[in-house]
Amino acid sequence: MRFPKPTKLRTFSQVVFFLVFLFLLLRTEFRGSLTASNSEIRLPYPVSLFFQLDPLVAISNALSSHALYRGLLWSLVVLIPTMFLGRFFCGWICPLGSIHHFFSSLKSERKRGRQLIESNRYKRWQTTKYYLLIVSLVAAVFGTGVIGWLDPFSLLVRSLGLSILPATNYGLRAFLGQLEHSPYAFVQTIGSALHFILGAVLLSFKQPYFRLGIWLGVIFVFIVALNFRITRFWCRALCPLGALLGIVSRWSVLGLVKSPDHCNDCNRCLLRCQGGDDPIGGVPWHQAECHLCLNCVDECPEHGLRFEWFPGQKGVGANLQRRKVLTGLAAGAALVPLVRSTPGFAAERHERLLRPPGALDEADFLSRCIRCGECMKVCPNNALHPAFAQAGIEALWTPVLVPRLGYCETSCVLCSQTCPTGAIWEITAKEKGWSEDVGRADKPVRLGTAFYDRGRCLPWAMATECIVCEEWCPTSPKAIYLRTAEVIDAAGNSKEVKQPYLDPARCVGCGACEYACPVQDRPAVYVTTVGESRSRTNQILLNRRKS
Amino acid sequence: MPPDSPPLSRRDALIKLLRVAGAGAGAAGLGIWLSEHSWRPVSELAIAAKHGHTIASDPQLPEMAVITGDDPAQLARRAIEELGGIRRFIARGDVVLVKPNIGWDRTPEQAANTNPDVVAEIVRQCSNAGAKRVIVTDTSCNDPRRCFQRSGIAEAAQHAGADVILPDPAMFKDVDLQGEVLHAWPVLSPFLNVDKVINVPIAKHHSLTGTTLGMKNWYGMLGGPRHQLHQKIHESLVDLADFVRPTLTILDCYRILVRNGPTGGNLQDVLLKKTLIAGTNPVALDAYAAKAFWNLEVSDLPYLKMAANRGLGTYDFEKVRMQIKTL
Repeated sequence: MRFPKPTKLRTFSQVVFFLVFLFLLLRTEFRGSLTASNSEIRLPYPVSLFFQLDPLVAISNALSSHALYRGLLWSLVVLIPTMFLGRFFCGWICPLGSIHHFFSSLKSERKRGRQLIESNRYKRWQTTKYYLLIVSLVAAVFGTGVIGWLDPFSLLVRSLGLSILPATNYGLRAFLGQLEHSPYAFVQTIGSALHFILGAVLLSFKQPYFRLGIWLGVIFVFIVALNFRITRFWCRALCPLGALLGIVSRWSVLGLVKSPDHCNDCNRCLLRCQGGDDPIGGVPWHQAECHLCLNCVDECPEHGLRFEWFPGQKGVGANLQRRKVLTGLAAGAALVPLVRSTPGFAAERHERLLRPPGALDEADFLSRCIRCGECMKVCPNNALHPAFAQAGIEALWTPVLVPRLGYCETSCVLCSQTCPTGAIWEITAKEKGWSEDVGRADKPVRLGTAFYDRGRCLPWAMATECIVCEEWCPTSPKAIYLRTAEVIDAAGNSKEVKQPYLDPARCVGCGACEYACPVQDRPAVYVTTVGESRSRTNQILLNRRKS
Repeated sequence: MPPDSPPLSRRDALIKLLRVAGAGAGAAGLGIWLSEHSWRPVSELAIAAKHGHTIASDPQLPEMAVITGDDPAQLARRAIEELGGIRRFIARGDVVLVKPNIGWDRTPEQAANTNPDVVAEIVRQCSNAGAKRVIVTDTSCNDPRRCFQRSGIAEAAQHAGADVILPDPAMFKDVDLQGEVLHAWPVLSPFLNVDKVINVPIAKHHSLTGTTLGMKNWYGMLGGPRHQLHQKIHESLVDLADFVRPTLTILDCYRILVRNGPTGGNLQDVLLKKTLIAGTNPVALDAYAAKAFWNLEVSDLPYLKMAANRGLGTYDFEKVRMQIKTL
């Protein structure tokens, strides 16, 4: 049997890892089980696996928290082989890299012949990613996880999970709806069959919606479209994980060896070069840029290129300039003080900055959160959304609970199970204290406190019976209590209604009342962050008495 | 025209003209047709799907059975037996819908949802009676995936052979409920086109009416802005009960939630009553349970009289043929 071509093996590996990634992303959803009951609900797959393999997330987490959260040690599985082999991860495993690879290989008017060859030469701007890496790692030291804006898995999960997949879901459901409501029974049957199949593999249980979703999608499409100008522009110029792996590949013992005698300057090695690392003769090979895609070896008609262990020729590393490195260090150091010199972070917290259950206090939260969107993807009530400006520019795309769209489910702690960095620390339903022994847990997790807008509340303002908020309140004794009051309706008749009040000592801030309030547009009861258990300062009461 | 291009033949010119004329006529035709179809969009007419599921009454048999004992499944079996056996209610080939309360993300011990053993036993009985299909479904308040799983009902009913249907948003159909206050509402479609409906609610405390018993369980049939129903709760209850007219009601009072309903959560709010109340008269059944467990009179629950006036049954449970048994 002939051994398959190395480039074929690489494509196979890329497809397999991409499919694994996609599968895990699609399963970052609670689908419910009709055959199990009453157990602590966990997802059946390790859905944040790729984050645990990401050395960038691990280093950022270590720098900001002086520890490594659950599972992040696995990233050594990627980091250590890279020291020996180089950036094989970028060329063979990274699902975002594979997407770029695929779109780069499509024909493009802007990338043909001489233009293509020229665009695949090493460029100075490819060092941008190293400076971005330096800025964000220094920022991590100062306590912010903004590295997640650029981390490839954060970018991918955020873009696909919060925008592309929901859009796909919407489109497919609309299409299936057309089929299933067709006047022809035959078409209906096809529609139902398709619905069944797609429901099992692709569709969400219910259509998800995310704030800012369109912008996440636009950014992603833009980054992908750049490949039509320059092959894998993202990987070459921007990806901080690629930069990190490029730096550690400096000691790699596997390298490209060029035989100048064989080279007749045909430039074919440049045609399909992914990294822009100059495999051509006459110039040094840029080891830190190479993705080990092996296209150049495959392409060379004279067999003048090959990878060797302990190569005689020395490649070029990251090619950094001292002045720019210093600028990067300074920029990283300045970033956190700058963004926190506005009052939003500490002095004037946004009243609606409701964080998921288990979230650490804001400073610790922001230092660990990598804005990846796993928690938002997994939330069964579609309650978590990427923040825009509620907590300042630094907290862009961090999760906030929007109770009007979805409240925090009593027994659910899935967001804390999927969070790869411990920004939402893993808690159990028992620790959350809303589902077992309700009312007896000493310290239930509290997200905030509910308040009434009596001008909009039916029994308060409109002499109409309601009590839906009290019905939904999950604590026991209920945080919402009722008092019968005599009111006069518009006709002048006296009648009795039950008016709701709130006991802040019992309220856990789940938002069920706000979600269920029948005043559809702006609810008559709403939750704000005061009283959240993660903060010692954002409180109302001197002591919260035990229930 | 450049001098070297060949002159257009008459034939080609005609073809060209015909093409343009055809396109023009097509555009005009389509435009006129479309303009004649312009009217202000109105929502689709709701389907009129109202039909009862009741069976003929039998003067030899009790209308209501109150059974007390240790095993919930045995209580269900015995209650149905007392009322004449499952074959009185379910015919061979029937499609049966069993409607428990699966409203909340709570476990059976917390008594916010119907006892899963009771549901499973009813499903089993229906299957034994030759039902073609037994559906178990509800429109939960909390996330249905969690409610169905953690209530234990999905698992128990599935094991007993039921078709457990999670409420999918695409599954609701606009239905004219033909009520006094309820008209067009989205109804969970499995409720339409079934032969028999068995209501299996759980008795709980509720702040608006004092207690939530059998008829309140029909809220779980609806989608849409059903939180508005509380504004006219009594009228809504009767409209829904009148729309469904169930074959049988089996009220689960094995564990009852006496405070902080309908969600509960605290085991101190739960009382063990080990009782099941089954009957064909939903009004008498609610009146009886209200008196027995909450000491509420008919006058405390205005919907009972409204329901009686609508012909759904009598609230005077003392006059109803009743079988009270302790196992």
